Amino acid sequence: MRNRVAPIGLAIIAASVLVALVAPAVVPHDIRAMSPGDALAPPGGRYPFGTDEFGRDVFSRVVVGSRISLVVAFLSVAVAVALGTTIGLAAGYYGGWWDAVSMRAMDIVFAFPAILLAIAIMAVLGTSLFNLVIAIGVVYTPQFARVSRAAALAVRSLEFVDAARALGLGNARIVWRHIIPNVLAPVTVQISLSLSLAILSESALSFLGLGTQPPTPSWGNMLSEGRQFLEIAPWNAVFPGLAIMVVVLGFNLLGDGLRDLLDPRLR
Amino acid sequence: MQRYLFSRLLALVPVLLGILAVVFLLIRLIPGDAVQLFLGTQVEMTPEQMAELRRFFGVDKPIPLQFLDYLGRILRGDFGVSLRTARPVLPDIAQRLPLSFQLATLALAVAVTIAVPLGIVSAVARNSTFDVATRIGGLLGLSIPNFWLGAMLILVFSRYLHVSLGQYVPLSQDPLGTLRSLYLPAFALGAAIAAILMRYVRSSLLEVLGQEYIRTARGKGLRDTVVMLRHALPNAMIPVITVVGFQMGYLLGGTVVIEEIFALPGMGRLVLQAIFQRDYPVVQGVVLVVALLFVLTNLIVDLLYAWIDPRIRYA
Repeated sequence: MRNRVAPIGLAIIAASVLVALVAPAVVPHDIRAMSPGDALAPPGGRYPFGTDEFGRDVFSRVVVGSRISLVVAFLSVAVAVALGTTIGLAAGYYGGWWDAVSMRAMDIVFAFPAILLAIAIMAVLGTSLFNLVIAIGVVYTPQFARVSRAAALAVRSLEFVDAARALGLGNARIVWRHIIPNVLAPVTVQISLSLSLAILSESALSFLGLGTQPPTPSWGNMLSEGRQFLEIAPWNAVFPGLAIMVVVLGFNLLGDGLRDLLDPRLR
Repeated sequence: MQRYLFSRLLALVPVLLGILAVVFLLIRLIPGDAVQLFLGTQVEMTPEQMAELRRFFGVDKPIPLQFLDYLGRILRGDFGVSLRTARPVLPDIAQRLPLSFQLATLALAVAVTIAVPLGIVSAVARNSTFDVATRIGGLLGLSIPNFWLGAMLILVFSRYLHVSLGQYVPLSQDPLGTLRSLYLPAFALGAAIAAILMRYVRSSLLEVLGQEYIRTARGKGLRDTVVMLRHALPNAMIPVITVVGFQMGYLLGGTVVIEEIFALPGMGRLVLQAIFQRDYPVVQGVVLVVALLFVLTNLIVDLLYAWIDPRIRYA
């Protein structure tokens, strides 16, 4: 089952990235255009997903909302990968005091529930796209540090690394040519799974009012606004949530497939 | 076991200090200084009065000394005073804590109740239609945002089933009432954990079922149910326990979001309200309490694990 689902995951992700790229050009309505006469119109006709309390087209806003979700997810995971693998590679390759200190530091970050730490960071830094990326990035750094440390530790004492050292190669070259290629597989799997968590985190923070701020549409803040009209206009809450679910499912499918492909022990 | 307990407690010290340092430094990240923050922008003050206030709050000292002050206060149970209500922070948190803790625990119970049977059947009937369906269900469960699931449950139950969710009732007053007010939020919170646990139960049981001692047990003529109950399940559940411990963090953090959507007066709503009112001592207090709870549950899980599996203690 698993190896057949990875391509489905990839297809979902490719489709959503494409949608995010072309979104503003193709959506049927201006996402800021209010038409009070059409407020809270049910799905159908001119508005496939209905309208919100200002008469704005929910479909257009869900489509354009994909941009924030994906941009924040990709950037924050990039931050986590950059920080985490640097810390983890150094810890696994060099060992010693750096290993002890940096891994304890990662334990400390891990000791805070992810979403709560992100909430606290946003509360202190204030809401902006940049801060959102930093908050989510920091929260998911320990996973990358642990994964890359374990992988670096596993190969650093193997004979081909000794051979490289005997040939007189420097540390930088050994890490680049011999350690990093072996760390790549587990990190790739972790990237895919972290992207799904990052999308969920961005939407949760925006839902709580600590992430993307209106009027910029994001799936989280649309859900938060739509919640007030849950009983009379459920489409305002239903569609942004479905969008989150589909994209997160895509990353989970890909991550699962990659894990089976790259980690032969689990086969 | 005592030596293991001691070494685990000792290993906790740097983590606890680190947690306290993070929570302490969190406030230092805010632009502007604490006194200005406390006063807001309306109050006019002379520089002398400002200096006086700084001395009063202890923020005129170097950061390391301030941290020592902070440590001392926390150890004495003084978590600071709310900037809005001027009440001590800790009693307010203590009052809100039971709801959040009950919600997280109930969510875990829901998750285990769903995950264990499904995971077992899925592993035993590997690659059957049931197995494939459960695994797809598991992936969906992992992908649904918990706050959206909560909103959908509210929608379905109140609009279509006409079930009122009811106000939160403290456990000591009416346990059934507590359950009635928390079962939907607990389901919304626990669904993702159920999906994660199910996958672990399935893969762990599959691994155990492939072991030699299972073949031996079958070979000596034991019935399938006996092999399962006496040999396979106990061994398969051991690694699952650690996973359960890790999920407590997700659950405690997730209560913030779930309490918001179900309008439950727990710690999560306290911290959100405090954030929007810039009441930083309350934010600090809640973050610290939740992190300590998380560390404590992980310690308990570790000890449980070592107690069940002697190999850990003597390693």
